[in-house]
Amino acid sequence: MKYFPLIWATLWRKKTRTVFTLLSIVIAFLLFGVLETIDHAFSHPSGGVTGADKLVTTNKYSITLSLPFADAQQIRSVPGVAETTWISWFGGYYQEPKNFVFALPVDTDSYFNLHKGEFVVSDEHMQAYRNTRTGALANSALLKKFGWKIGDKIPLHSTIWTRKDNGSLDWTFDIVGSFSAKDPTQAGAQATTLLFHYELFDEGRSFGKGSVGWFEERVNDASQSAAISSRIDALFANSPNETKTQPANDFAMAFIKQLGDIGFVLRAILGAVFFTLLFLTGNTMMQSVRERIPELAVLKTLGFGDGRVLRLVLAESLLLCVIAAIIGLALSYAMLPIIKIALQGVELTPSALIPGIGVAVLLALIVGAAPALRAMRLNIVDALADKR
Amino acid sequence: MSEAIVRLVNVDKRYVRGKQSIEVLQGLSLDIPKGEFVALMGPSGSGKTTLLNLIGGLDTPTSGEITVAAQRLDQLSSGGLARWRANHVGFVFQFYNLMPMLSAQRNVELPLLLTHLSASQRKTNTMAALTLVGIADRAKHKPNELSGGQAQRVAIARALVADPMLLVCDEPTGDLDRKSADDVLHLLQVLNREHGKSIVMVTHDPKAADFASRVLHMDKGALLEAGTRLQD
Repeated sequence: MKYFPLIWATLWRKKTRTVFTLLSIVIAFLLFGVLETIDHAFSHPSGGVTGADKLVTTNKYSITLSLPFADAQQIRSVPGVAETTWISWFGGYYQEPKNFVFALPVDTDSYFNLHKGEFVVSDEHMQAYRNTRTGALANSALLKKFGWKIGDKIPLHSTIWTRKDNGSLDWTFDIVGSFSAKDPTQAGAQATTLLFHYELFDEGRSFGKGSVGWFEERVNDASQSAAISSRIDALFANSPNETKTQPANDFAMAFIKQLGDIGFVLRAILGAVFFTLLFLTGNTMMQSVRERIPELAVLKTLGFGDGRVLRLVLAESLLLCVIAAIIGLALSYAMLPIIKIALQGVELTPSALIPGIGVAVLLALIVGAAPALRAMRLNIVDALADKR
Repeated sequence: MSEAIVRLVNVDKRYVRGKQSIEVLQGLSLDIPKGEFVALMGPSGSGKTTLLNLIGGLDTPTSGEITVAAQRLDQLSSGGLARWRANHVGFVFQFYNLMPMLSAQRNVELPLLLTHLSASQRKTNTMAALTLVGIADRAKHKPNELSGGQAQRVAIARALVADPMLLVCDEPTGDLDRKSADDVLHLLQVLNREHGKSIVMVTHDPKAADFASRVLHMDKGALLEAGTRLQD
């Protein structure tokens, strides 16, 4: 502790350089905190499940494979299941592929019963939706995005489902109402959602009739979710359509993971950031020690041994990296609520804090090693020769 | 004759630079009694600074014996020399060599960080050393806020703070104007006469050498003569 004023003063010897180095490490650890937290959320989804009373049943082997609609009755009969609904992936877009619309054919009664409390929709719009076979409820953000109005007829292109009547992939819907998310953290998740009648979809498609993409269930007791999941899957064991039932959030994450190995992508980004940081900070530390060779020689002259000088330089590197890491990780922690909204409600925990400090210590030791060894091996007579 | 604080017996010092071997000191023998103020003079390249480095334990001889404050320096390891320097010798350089980012007080405190003294004891000793050299009022100032003479006084306080028996000074007035140089030399003289510090000072300045009790002349790595100057 008695060396702290010396180490601290040395660290701030060149203020501008230290501030910029500090900032670069802060940014790296901010990124580390955010990406590690996201990675953790995807790697340990059940740890973050908020709506564990909701389950999703998919085909055991792939969520792209369908299940028979008739399974709904059997799932409903499982003790503990309060409600069951069924949905299929429509794969829709408006006019151009970039205008993705999360269009879902849903069974009106069971879907809104299961998702009770998640949507804000007026009685008038709900009634209009119930009364219109080709009707659709669109998220208010989606209406705003494409300039749609209530009463508009809008065409959606499906990337999968051809129509039975004309073989076209284009489906037309009447916008009869809008809804918004009750939970603000779900606003992002629902922003591109459009709901339409399952009956219209099932009768109108040219293939796949009587099949569904997946089932969703609400259970009476969330603590029984695991047991109920097992019971559902047991119903269809050894059948041509075996199932996999999991918490809704796990399903959402599995869906996102289809895009690629999220963990690998995040680690690759972090690897590149820290590889660059290693050179940047290492070079800065080396330059700092090079400039201080006469001062280090004076310390040795005063009786500071080789080991003590090595430890002083390493301590300086540690101080810089750990302070920057703490600031960066604290900022990432502060950003968790924003990221949660951006990730459409995925539960995040500040899991990166402890490994982050560990990484900071490792970084400090790596970048500090070369300059510290140089300082340790410094020959006093040679180093003082120019200064005297 | 009082006991020798510095004793060199047949000391050689050779540097190897690439394929070239440079003989800097040759068979040098010297006794400096305790409490003496010695000035080392000679042309550039005569070996003055090398001799000072050997006496101060900053370097080791190629051959020969060096005993300072009853310790054979030529037998100590690098770590042993560092510990010995911390306890027995104070250094004063031409360009002060203060840490630019530390205040005068923190600069003077540096040698005490190697001791087991508490923070308050270190502060007390530091302020006593600054008071002794007459610069206590500038304790909080950084080196760039001090004049050359003031900075050199801080450097002397740093050399004194651990209460070493020997002060090793390399051109301590080389960067100062005459007035400041005389002040610093008077201070060294007071430290020698009133506080019993043995001093070995390298200088090119005959007026500075006048403050010493003995002047040694060197040339080509050997002592030319040894004269005794009468005390004032």
